[in-house]
Amino acid sequence: MTDRPSWAPPGIDITVPSVSRVYDYYLGGSHNFEVDREAARHVLKSVPAMPKVGQANRAMMRRAVRYALGRGVDQFLDIGSGIPTFGNVHEVVHALNPEANVVYVDNDPVAVAHSKAVLDGNEHATIATADLRDPHSVLDHPETRRMLDLDRPVALLLVAVLHFLSDADDPHGVVATLRDALAPGSVLVITHATHTPHDRSLDDDMRAGAAVYQRTSTPLVMRQVPEVRRFFTGFELVEPGVVPMPHWRPDTPPGDDIDPAVLTGFAGVGLKA
Amino acid sequence: MTERPAGSVRGQGGIAVVEADCLSRFAAIWSRAIYPVTATSMTRAEFEQHLLPLARTLRDALHAERFDPRGAARVGEGLVAAHCTDPEALPSILGVIDAYLVLYCGPVLDLPADECRVRCSRLQHAVAVGFSQALRERTLHEQESISRAALNAKSEAETALAASEARFRAVFETAAVGIGIADLDGNVLETNDALTRMFGSEAYVRHRRVGEWTQLESAAGDPASLNRGLVRGDRDHYEVEKAFLRADGSVLWADVQVSLLRDADGSPRYQLALFEDITERRRLLERLRHQATHDALTGLPNRALFFERLDQALADPARDIGVCYLDLDGFKAVNDSLGHAVGDRLLVAVADRLRGCVASPDQLVARIGGDEFVAVYADPPSQAAVTELAARILRALSAPVLLDDRQLPVHGSIGIVHGQVGTRGPADVLRSADITMYRAKERGGNRYEVADPDADARAITRHGLTNQLPSALRHGEFFVEYQPLIGLEDGAVLGAEALVRWLHPVHGVLGPDQFIPLAESTGQIVPLGRWVLQQAAQQARDWHDLQFTGPAPRINVNLSPVQLSHPDLVAEVVAVLEETRLQPSALCLEVTESALIGADEDALKPLRRIADLGVAIALDDFGTGYSNLSSLRWLPVSVLKLDRSFTRGMRQHPADPVEMKIVEGIVSLAHTLNLTVTVEGVETRTQAEHLRALGCDTAQGWYYGKAGPADQLHTLTLADAS
Repeated sequence: MTDRPSWAPPGIDITVPSVSRVYDYYLGGSHNFEVDREAARHVLKSVPAMPKVGQANRAMMRRAVRYALGRGVDQFLDIGSGIPTFGNVHEVVHALNPEANVVYVDNDPVAVAHSKAVLDGNEHATIATADLRDPHSVLDHPETRRMLDLDRPVALLLVAVLHFLSDADDPHGVVATLRDALAPGSVLVITHATHTPHDRSLDDDMRAGAAVYQRTSTPLVMRQVPEVRRFFTGFELVEPGVVPMPHWRPDTPPGDDIDPAVLTGFAGVGLKA
Repeated sequence: MTERPAGSVRGQGGIAVVEADCLSRFAAIWSRAIYPVTATSMTRAEFEQHLLPLARTLRDALHAERFDPRGAARVGEGLVAAHCTDPEALPSILGVIDAYLVLYCGPVLDLPADECRVRCSRLQHAVAVGFSQALRERTLHEQESISRAALNAKSEAETALAASEARFRAVFETAAVGIGIADLDGNVLETNDALTRMFGSEAYVRHRRVGEWTQLESAAGDPASLNRGLVRGDRDHYEVEKAFLRADGSVLWADVQVSLLRDADGSPRYQLALFEDITERRRLLERLRHQATHDALTGLPNRALFFERLDQALADPARDIGVCYLDLDGFKAVNDSLGHAVGDRLLVAVADRLRGCVASPDQLVARIGGDEFVAVYADPPSQAAVTELAARILRALSAPVLLDDRQLPVHGSIGIVHGQVGTRGPADVLRSADITMYRAKERGGNRYEVADPDADARAITRHGLTNQLPSALRHGEFFVEYQPLIGLEDGAVLGAEALVRWLHPVHGVLGPDQFIPLAESTGQIVPLGRWVLQQAAQQARDWHDLQFTGPAPRINVNLSPVQLSHPDLVAEVVAVLEETRLQPSALCLEVTESALIGADEDALKPLRRIADLGVAIALDDFGTGYSNLSSLRWLPVSVLKLDRSFTRGMRQHPADPVEMKIVEGIVSLAHTLNLTVTVEGVETRTQAEHLRALGCDTAQGWYYGKAGPADQLHTLTLADAS
């Protein structure tokens, strides 16, 4: 964190690639600038299946949201929500429960501005500017306070975001702080980029892809699977545990044509006792 | 592909079912081909459902009686809406239509196969157009929306930045502290109103350099080097307290905090100086310090400051110390007779004179008590220098003080301590000076004495005596002596005045002058006075019992002003008279003139009641104060005791004629008012004869007999009778 006072505005610099706009480009969107596409093309050179990874993230998130709705959870906190393109949490949620509340959180002012435009007039979804690295800024945000009742279960979505926290940001401490604020019965959804020690060349490709993120404002940190599992401390992992994204409760059995890069993204869902 | 063309099935009801079935199969094939190249987050099944209406549109267009391919553009749009945005998807989309549309949705109407192929081709063209247009629209829309979002974010950030800057500007401009910003060379770039107000002129502030703001005259802290350290970036902050000249030449005291401002890279850029005006605070502190260390009445240094200076002077055992302890002679009488207001004015006048006696900064005169003053002389060059200081003080007091046209003589007694500091503590030095001052008083006052250790050891300190008074009374250390009272007409012993003595275990016999003031100041005079009254009354009764005939000898007992205002006085007098069965007329209570001056009727009531009992009341020391002769008419007194000072001039022959006239006048006045006149201090026969001639009634003094034990009086009486 910088030592900028919390009420001083962050600067906007669209000459630096943004993680959320790069992600949008993977997903075929045009909510991006040349600088983002340039970065995305670099990643795609090393990991051509990056769009599929993004798609798999989206798909897993949809399944996890449906799982939470199935448990009766009607409050959703999506941190690192990025550019809302399609198949967003609130669309999935409101298709099944129009009364459920969704709070998106992002630290990218452009993503937030775009989300505001998309969510304008939506009474059950909102966006808050806050930084996951300061979890209290998320929990104490007026929008969070307004929309979510933390005394009741909340589905906390940390989809493709924790790998943008460096170890110095203490991601485990961050998750623990959020966990402590959640009521029993809350659901934690995590997807995370992991190392693939069994496949050196793939791991090298992924590292090369991750290296591109060093040029963005948020470098990407791949972690070992056990470390990803450790994020669920204080939660009961639901079946089938922490697994490659397409393997987490698929609607139809995943075929054998899945790109190996997609399988480096691991996903898990935990229930707070 | 194993599906058979739908067109082969016939029958009215079955046609729809079969057609729907064919449509689903086409959608399934289509989905299988497109799904892998889409970015959709739909599941495969959802995607297939999404394609079904699109397939129907294609089939309906194919079947239309009047063929119009333009409707198929909507199919392209629908696919883009389902996130088939990758151009790579287009060949798959069109390929499936080309290969399977006619096969699964073949015409029901009899249409030539060629026509069918043509329609299919044209439908593909329309789908491609719709796809491209939708993709273009979508791209443009998304580009616009993201640009707008970026713009919004930017303007929001700018608004926030502007608000933040406005806040800072407001803080800067309206801050109560003075703020100045300067570059690293110290050139002032910006100042706020508060700073301008502090210095009184903006130009005056601007033409200074930060270094000047913080340079001190003294070497303490060395702000110049502090400032060099700051601009080099070695330190980020320093603080100094400093006096400045304002534009108008007055002095500004400010607490200045200088901080280094760095840029985003951490390199030093500016200096920020915060000024807090502490002029008032310092002034207040100085005033408080002055109040804490100076006497409110005279403005002289007080006891606290005196001890501070004395401690400093005693810090080095190798140095010398000089102290002059001054107590005014007879100040109590002034206070008692003229009131405290006059007493205070006298003290102020004395203080002014003492101030003039201080010749150098190593001397300090302080007021440490009512009429007690001390001069401390740090490391005096010689004892002569200290005695010279004492002499200067006595000289300064030699002329009377003029108050309201009244000449008040002021004299003082000074105790001098001089010598090497050695192991002396402040209490020792002061005690020694105090004792020595008493020696000066004992030798008549208006002089100084120099402390000498032997004399000190024997000395009686007021402090010690005061503390010993209560136990002395319990242990019977007091006794009463009697001075005969003689009738001038026939020289007969009429009675005696009871005078209390203290047989001190260490100091021997002490006279009333040495302890009565102490007993008065502590209230011990009440039990002591009661005891004396009892003793004297009992003695008078004993004399009466011995004498058998004639009037009982009179006993005079002194009454202190403190006793006079004690509520039990009347009851005690009554009790003593009853206990001793002494006739009230045999008792005379002596009250000093000053005790009655200014007393109102309430204060006189006890005395009046005692007089009503038949007890005589004598006005003691008459003529020493500033007597109001008219008060004699209504005061409950029956005796005037004329002070010895009136009769001094009659000791020899011929007597001072003026004195004779005065006494004659007083006697005449007294007799007119039915008062008898007693004269004190009769020392010669000549004096006694003069007084008898002038009509005085009774007398006492050495000529007749000093104060002594009770049986001495008995002897005198017997002698007189013989």
